[in-house]
Amino acid sequence: MNEAEEKNGKVIEAVELVKRFGNFVANDRLTFSVQRGEIFGFLGANGAGKTTAMRILCGLSKPTSGKIRVAGYDVYTQSEKIKQRIGYMSQRFSLYEDLTVWENFRFFGGIYRMKSALIRERADRMLGRLGILELRDTVIASLPPGIRQKLAFSIAILHEPEIVFLDEPTGGVDPVTRRQFWEMIYEAAASGITVFVTTHYMDEAEYCNRISIMVDGKIEALDTPEQLKKTYNAGSMNDVFLKLARRNEEQKKE
Amino acid sequence: MRTIFYIMQKEFIQVFRNRMMLPIIFLMPLMQLLILSYAVTFEIKNIRLHITDNDNSVASRALLEHFRSSEFYHIFGESADASFGMEQLKKGDIHQQLVILPGFEKQIVTGSTAGVQVITDAINGSAAALMNAYTLSVIESYNREVLSRSPGPPPKQVQVSRRYWFNPALDYKTYMIPGILVLLVTLIGMFLAGMNVVREKEIGTIEQINVTPIRKVQFIAGKLLPFWIIALAELAFGLALAVLLFNIPIVGNIFLIFLVASVYLVVVMGLGLFISTITNTQQQSMFLSWFFLVIFILMSGLFTPVESMPRWALQLNTINPIAYFIRIMRMIMLKGSGFQDIVQPLIYLSVYGITMLSLAVWRYRKTS
Ligand SMILES: Nc1ncnc2c1ncn2[C@@H]1O[C@H](COP(=O)(O)OP(=O)(O)OP(=O)(O)O)[C@@H](O)[C@H]1O
Ligand SMILES: [Mg+2]
Repeated sequence: MNEAEEKNGKVIEAVELVKRFGNFVANDRLTFSVQRGEIFGFLGANGAGKTTAMRILCGLSKPTSGKIRVAGYDVYTQSEKIKQRIGYMSQRFSLYEDLTVWENFRFFGGIYRMKSALIRERADRMLGRLGILELRDTVIASLPPGIRQKLAFSIAILHEPEIVFLDEPTGGVDPVTRRQFWEMIYEAAASGITVFVTTHYMDEAEYCNRISIMVDGKIEALDTPEQLKKTYNAGSMNDVFLKLARRNEEQKKE
Repeated sequence: MRTIFYIMQKEFIQVFRNRMMLPIIFLMPLMQLLILSYAVTFEIKNIRLHITDNDNSVASRALLEHFRSSEFYHIFGESADASFGMEQLKKGDIHQQLVILPGFEKQIVTGSTAGVQVITDAINGSAAALMNAYTLSVIESYNREVLSRSPGPPPKQVQVSRRYWFNPALDYKTYMIPGILVLLVTLIGMFLAGMNVVREKEIGTIEQINVTPIRKVQFIAGKLLPFWIIALAELAFGLALAVLLFNIPIVGNIFLIFLVASVYLVVVMGLGLFISTITNTQQQSMFLSWFFLVIFILMSGLFTPVESMPRWALQLNTINPIAYFIRIMRMIMLKGSGFQDIVQPLIYLSVYGITMLSLAVWRYRKTS
């Protein structure tokens, strides 16, 4: 934690974030902030611009304009400092399929300059918690998607980052596994890791402390789930989302 | 350092776990050596020769005897009429026609220049050049015999003597194999490291690395070193095959070969890695790599002598790493050249390698 961040407890702060691909505006003046320890949901339909924004926050992609700080550092000039403090689980599955579970742990732990004893200790603890210690030497390719995703998450927080970015971590996973996955997220949040998560599932939105809903590159709503339901006079987050989408359609017609 | 070690460890595991990889790495040198050294031979034995001796003297018969006793020639026909041989040449029955004109002996006796006419089927240019070279060497050996027998002091004008240094038997394999080994090392170096990076781009795992605080130099070094080691092992394997299977003599110092190879590899691997940083798919990367490879290989002097290339091609060759390495390899393996002889191109390759590697590191983007 450095000074700038200590002042207001904001670990992510974006002001007027814009990302253009040619003439196409993928992120249109996004302004939001995330508090330390929060679970922040990033919702939106396909192509809304969620991944684009997340990659900018992770220092994987340069923003076109805007003022953006992550973990107290500037994304334009201090992206390598940011990378030391964050974990990232990309939308595409990103473990090495031809390596075993343990080899993946060892590799990513090593890249984060963790001591080998520490890597081993944490890997064993995480695998034990997931109840899959016996899969330690199994090649990733032969594991079912649910377990892979849990492993990818474990490896994303192996080096105990301040913030973890999860891009649709539960895509294509059965409801039971999704539940378990969210328990892992809660555990990580309880241990002090700030969670920034994108999802399509509206029921998952209810699990977040605060959510932002993106439509066509813009943030259309940002609040706690309860407050959003009240504001939009909706029974569930699903209704909130549909109302927002409809409103957007009508605006376009005018 | 530890970061580089972790990448190397991972690459080695992946290479050796891949069932296709090991056979490719170790069968490739064997196949290349076999195919290229046996099948693509330029060596010509049994040159079919038609003889027309219009002098019919002791001297002319002595010359013909030199051709008859040469293992390269097969006398396919003899006639007094040169046009008969011409017909055969046109039909492709013979490769060469030798015509000795009347007065050949007289010219030799009087000490003036004696001429013979050699007509060669030159449809295949390099074969023709080689046949001419053989013919010349036969005629020269005859020349030497004549000179040694002639009375008085040896003629002032020294005969240009053409001898095949360093490869006296004109053995094609001996000449080709150093070059083939170079190709082998080049292919491994150029493709393995570069393709590996592009593959990670395609699968998406590179994102997971780019989001870590790894330094660009560490990444490139970690990708370079494993394949650098594999390529050197491959060279050792290839050299062993050359010596054990093909009886190719290695006249020079074997450590010198590896010293040069390790520097050379940095050049081609740097190029391969640089290409991987500017492409997004294996297809693009393959295409670009082959573009450079084909030009470099064809101009390298492996298949065609560098000496016969036009000026601009020679100038272009100053940036052709393969040309340097082939030349150095032949120097060390066939001539036994020492460090002093190759230090200049070696320095050049070093500078080249550092440049390519810096380009790759510079162009590699963790943030797009
Ligand atoms: N590199 C790029 N070049 C051009 N356009 C891009 C690029 N990356 C993303 N886009 C476009 O930006 C828009 C937003 O993409 P993004 O991946 O951020 O959406 P998303 O909200 O993550 O969608 P999904 O739910 O499908 O993952 C899309 O229309 C996409 O086509
Ligand atoms: Mg996305």
